[in-house]
Amino acid sequence: MPEVAFWQGNEAIAYGALAAGCRFFGGYPITPSSEIAEIMAEELPKVNGRFIQMEDEIAGMAAVIGASIAGLKSLTATSGPGFSLKQENLGLAYMAEIPVVLVDVMRGGPSTGLPTKIAQQDVMQARWGTHGDHGTICYSPASVQECYDITVKAFNAAERYRQPVLILSDEVLGHMREKVVMKKLDPTQLVNRKRPNVVPEKFIPYLADPKDDLPCMASFGDGYRWHVTGLTHNDWGFPTNNPEEIEKKMKRLMRKIDRFRDDIVEYETAFTDDAEILVLAYGSVARSSLSAVNEARSRGIKAGFFRPVTLWPFPDKEVEKLARKIKTIIVPELNCGQMVLEVERAVHGRSKVVAQSLVDGELFKPDQIFKVIEEVA
Amino acid sequence: MAGRYEIRYAGSGGQGVILAAVITGRAAAIYEDGLYVVQSQAYGPEARGGKSKAEVILSTEPIDYPKAMKPNLQVILTQQAAEEYVVDTLPGGRIIYDDFFVTSFPRVDANIYYLPIVRTAREKLGRDIVTNMVAVGAVARVLELEKMAKPESLKKAILASVPEASKKLNAQAFEEGFLLFKNSVHR
Repeated sequence: MPEVAFWQGNEAIAYGALAAGCRFFGGYPITPSSEIAEIMAEELPKVNGRFIQMEDEIAGMAAVIGASIAGLKSLTATSGPGFSLKQENLGLAYMAEIPVVLVDVMRGGPSTGLPTKIAQQDVMQARWGTHGDHGTICYSPASVQECYDITVKAFNAAERYRQPVLILSDEVLGHMREKVVMKKLDPTQLVNRKRPNVVPEKFIPYLADPKDDLPCMASFGDGYRWHVTGLTHNDWGFPTNNPEEIEKKMKRLMRKIDRFRDDIVEYETAFTDDAEILVLAYGSVARSSLSAVNEARSRGIKAGFFRPVTLWPFPDKEVEKLARKIKTIIVPELNCGQMVLEVERAVHGRSKVVAQSLVDGELFKPDQIFKVIEEVA
Repeated sequence: MAGRYEIRYAGSGGQGVILAAVITGRAAAIYEDGLYVVQSQAYGPEARGGKSKAEVILSTEPIDYPKAMKPNLQVILTQQAAEEYVVDTLPGGRIIYDDFFVTSFPRVDANIYYLPIVRTAREKLGRDIVTNMVAVGAVARVLELEKMAKPESLKKAILASVPEASKKLNAQAFEEGFLLFKNSVHR
């Protein structure tokens, strides 16, 4: 593999996954995510990995869960209606605590919507798409380089926190090409799930270490007995109706993410020191936004820029801190207003929050965002 | 050299405008030092059969908005593309038209080059399929004049992107396109 490449965002995700140690892909190709499946189909056999094109996205999600339980770092990628189909088995992965990485290259919805056009309508689905409570880790890259880097991070987070990790890309990012520099990853930069440190007879599959709330994970086939179920289960992995055991499981599922929130949350800022207006945006829209903020600065408007790199957990504390000195936060999104709700929740009314919505299948042009900055200035 | 330099190739499906843009981008990203590059294309039904466009942005600074807003250079290979895209050209920029498919063009504030791109591929090289490489050759000369990229970088990118058997033909097409622009006079 070359050290510098000129890749599409989708290519960078596939090669990032391989660099992270991914050795299984199960899925069903769908525009605009298909290049990820294509590349994995070509590359995985070269590293003794496996690619399976399943009959649909439901089966694709099931296959990656199975492969992960068998010990392989596993990836699936989808878009639009495929993301809906994956939700049920995504829930199984949360409940059974199976590390997998799921990429959603966002296109317009609902339903089959706009297969070839950009949107950001899956932000809340990423958080709440499957039923039941669970912590969510969801990354949102904004450059092709970041597609590569974030995919490595996503695998590390999945392995560390033993749960699915999502990457929300979008059609523009997925298909545009940029230079990617592949930093050499040494083994210490790659996280692998905790393996049992007891003999098989002593193994209790969901008994968590109080230090991190994370149980050790055995692979099917290496001699440890382990019952996997979507039913609420006790430490032995068997279904339970015992209120104490139920609460223990549910509280730990949330806590294992909550307590590491500060380690997980990532964001990027520009010109926030003296900013009176803040543009908060993610994914490709962040690029239009930064351009608009630069334009505003060149005209003497005190505008700043905030980009959540993790959409979930949302950097609420960080946004709240900024909101204390900022008058207006503009949230441009390619949906009818989703992340703006989270921004409103975070700022507690400390600054005015303005939603800017675009749902015509196109990416914001910088001047569309600049106009709103000018209006509120 | 300009901070941000936008190039757009526009024509119809099958003329290879996307590959032309990918090669231009790859040349700048891989074979030049210190350039930021973003390449994108119209994606979807519109890119098949009918009109097709692909863009490359080169910059010495990180590139935020990834699409062309006011292209410094447009390469227009069909009449339809001329009617649709020419108005976007940066005032004082350059437009290269194919003189076979483009018969009339709107008046805009730009330097106009009316070059036999398709005819060179078809008549001189005997293969329509290298139309895009003739276009890349012409663009290579512009990028040399703009001190953005060396012609050798574009040639290297072509050789790295096409199959072994067609390397010679593609390299020839590139040279022809380069000379077309070099020997041209703008209107």
